[in-house]
Amino acid sequence: MTPDANLLPRITPLLEVEQLRFAYGAGGPRALDGVSFTLQPGQFHALLGPNGAGKSTLFGLISRLLTIQRGDIRLAGASLQRAPARVLQEVGTVFQQSTLDLDLTVEDNLRYHASLHGIGGAVCASRIETELARLELAAQRKTRVRQLNGGHRRRVEIARALLHRPRLLLLDEATSGLDKRARDAIIRHIRRLCSDRGVGVLWATHLIEEVQSRDPVTLLYQGRVLADDTALQICRDSRRATLVEAFETLTERRPTPVESDEGTAYSTEALST
Amino acid sequence: MITARPAAPALGLQAYHTAFRGILYRELLRFIHQRSRFFSALVRPLVWLAVFAAGFRAALGISIIEPYGTYITYEVYIAPGLVAMVLLFNAMQSSLSMVYDREMGGMRVLLMSPLPRGYLLLCKLLASALVSVPQVYAFLAVAWWFGVEPPLVGYFWLLPALLLCALLLGALGLFISTFIRQLENFAGVMNFVIFPMFFISSALYPLWKMQEAGELLYRLCQLNPFTYCVELIRFALYGKLNAQALLVVSVTALLLVLMAVLAFNPQRGMTRAGKA
Repeated sequence: MTPDANLLPRITPLLEVEQLRFAYGAGGPRALDGVSFTLQPGQFHALLGPNGAGKSTLFGLISRLLTIQRGDIRLAGASLQRAPARVLQEVGTVFQQSTLDLDLTVEDNLRYHASLHGIGGAVCASRIETELARLELAAQRKTRVRQLNGGHRRRVEIARALLHRPRLLLLDEATSGLDKRARDAIIRHIRRLCSDRGVGVLWATHLIEEVQSRDPVTLLYQGRVLADDTALQICRDSRRATLVEAFETLTERRPTPVESDEGTAYSTEALST
Repeated sequence: MITARPAAPALGLQAYHTAFRGILYRELLRFIHQRSRFFSALVRPLVWLAVFAAGFRAALGISIIEPYGTYITYEVYIAPGLVAMVLLFNAMQSSLSMVYDREMGGMRVLLMSPLPRGYLLLCKLLASALVSVPQVYAFLAVAWWFGVEPPLVGYFWLLPALLLCALLLGALGLFISTFIRQLENFAGVMNFVIFPMFFISSALYPLWKMQEAGELLYRLCQLNPFTYCVELIRFALYGKLNAQALLVVSVTALLLVLMAVLAFNPQRGMTRAGKA
């Protein structure tokens, strides 16, 4: 017997993005146009799209660096527009562009972030220790960020984003500029966060290799959602063997995959023309 | 199976205090790391005191004016103006670092805090004001050897005057920085602010001298909030209160802080740094 869907308890998604519209400047082209999707606790949700698709704009809106013009964003039912403090307490963000203070040590960067979330004293010290150990950064604790390599800097940013124990982690091209080994290590760690701690992760990338077949995926293209399902289902629906082909079918274009040490990506030119 | 975690508790007063301490600590660390900043903050007014004031001493006599009870040397007259100059340069340096943070993405860390943005910006201004205090006292310690010997109580009364003036100048810097579109433009814009503010004030000459030179110049000095900063500092340094200066500085500081917070646009950094 199939259970009646109406009788099942309604589970509030961790993140609800609803009909988001955004344009830079009045009358400018829409960077986001009616974007909607949901993310559940513990999910590794990929936000896939070429440069200019609107991924960073979406992150700017979720972290309230940009102001919502139309639509809404809710975290565990709380609206970002009505209760911004409650939402921001639960969101950790790693931007594509580093936001670390290069002249401060790893520990001072983390301490600064913790203080901005009202975390100080012994709790702060203990959390810093935990996150540094988890991300294998304990040896770099007193090192100035300027002296770290790209992989370590990324890990510091992830440790920092986790200090206030967010329920949602936003990572915007978190592996850009890293070699394959460093990339794999970071992805492994992030996936563990989802499974062990129930953190929901929104992983923006243009590297299709980083997505697994069962991952929920939102395909973003020119500010619109092309598809929103698991990677496997998107391939099935578009009757293509790979996500790359599915993307080509959905955009009705044939962007040229670019092979690099970061993996297969799309040339911005090919996708934007 | 993933279970829903309860929502984080709302932030209390302790969180506000922790945030302020964190912002102040970062400002102090940045200041300590930038040794050249401290060096230039000290050398700049000392050059004025040692070279400019020495040259003018013979040409310029200062009659007995408030708050001084006797004839004074030009070095003594110019010292409060140079103290205000330290504050002015520190405020502009702090604004520059905010523009840099905005351009480079560092400002995002501050803006993603769940605490109100107005409060965070006020913390930044207060932290910057506090960082300027040791610079001023270091200058005054050296100035003692040049004959600038205010009463000891003056050093105590100077502190609140310094903080108020530094807040005013910091808010002015922050307000201006919100209109600066590129980091490279900062120096040019600041030259149009720092030099007129400093020269068209009572920092270098008393107001009656300015009036002798021309009525327009005198009126401009009266309209310049920096004049009142200098006078507030001058009187405080000699253990006295200039009520008019205190009123003007307080009201102007309040207005500028409000204007700076309202004019601050977090999207400005976002649209350049991370648009995609």
